[in-house]
Amino acid sequence: MGPILISSDTPLWLSLLAAFLIGIAFGFALEQAGFSSSRKLAGMFYGYDTTVLKVFFTASIFALVGSLLMNYFGMIDLDLVFVNNYYVGAAIVGGVIMGAGFIMGGFCPGTGICALSIGKIDAIFFLIGGFFGAFLFAESYPYIAAFATDYYEGPVKINEWMGLSPGVFALLLIIAAVVMFWLAEKAEKKFPRPDITNDF
Amino acid sequence: MNPYLAGCILGSALLAAMYFSGRGLGASGGVKYAMVSAVKAISPEHAENSPYYSQYVEKERNPLKSWLVFEVVGLLVGGFISGAISGRLKFKIERSPNISSSRRLLFAFLGGLFFVYGAQLARGCTSGAALSGMAVLSTAGFVTMVAIFGSAYAFAWFFRKNWI
Repeated sequence: MGPILISSDTPLWLSLLAAFLIGIAFGFALEQAGFSSSRKLAGMFYGYDTTVLKVFFTASIFALVGSLLMNYFGMIDLDLVFVNNYYVGAAIVGGVIMGAGFIMGGFCPGTGICALSIGKIDAIFFLIGGFFGAFLFAESYPYIAAFATDYYEGPVKINEWMGLSPGVFALLLIIAAVVMFWLAEKAEKKFPRPDITNDF
Repeated sequence: MNPYLAGCILGSALLAAMYFSGRGLGASGGVKYAMVSAVKAISPEHAENSPYYSQYVEKERNPLKSWLVFEVVGLLVGGFISGAISGRLKFKIERSPNISSSRRLLFAFLGGLFFVYGAQLARGCTSGAALSGMAVLSTAGFVTMVAIFGSAYAFAWFFRKNWI
């Protein structure tokens, strides 16, 4: 039963090989989606290209439903899969800072690395900036540690917080995604920029 | 590629990470490990004495020998393969014709700085917190996702000249 490579007798090389192969699929999917183009990514925030929304929600729901089915059939123990810890203040403020970085730079770290792989020079600058961002965080950590670790709720699951089963929550998420996809297709027709979306 | 199909491939990669390694995908962590190993190489005392770096610096082990670093190297290889297949390998500065290349590079640098700073605070970026977090139904994932996209929409008007 999965996760199959987390026991302490798993050799390090095997775990790192899995990471490398999973990374290849990750990078391939991002690049095929067109995420090596910052102007295409930024279209999400001006309505002319909503690929980000479509890929992001499709991927998340695919993995969510896939893992729930695998759990149901006894192929994976979801209690052993990492669930992000919820530090309320840090999640919100960190997210707001990330959003500002997104609209300035046009990439997120994953898409920046993807764009670097095909030769985008702006992506190199984005990642050098990211390197300094990580350094600034480390150096400023003593001053912000109290905030960063405050309001800790534990690895809370959203469906439990709402009092729903995982399956019902997944169904609601799918319905929400379909509505958003429909709105996204309408936005692309309303604010078309074929010069950007077709030439990247 | 059709975005819904690309989403399914990305979802398969995420599901594979959960099935094989019990975790999600990540990207900003790779930048962090690169930074930590650079600090360790330049000033080992600083890395050992700081409460922050010492979390990531084990005595004998190289911080680059981690799951996330190998995944990020794979990300580079996968992106390169896709770009080669689709004929998109090319050195270029992508920018709106309304702005100069130096302005584009300056804002790319600042964007990266903000993004990774915020990702350290939120303990994950669009990949590790939002995408992977949502797939395991983590409340943190949903909250971070709404904060990232809400903030980018809120600031979009101020940076419109850079893009449209």
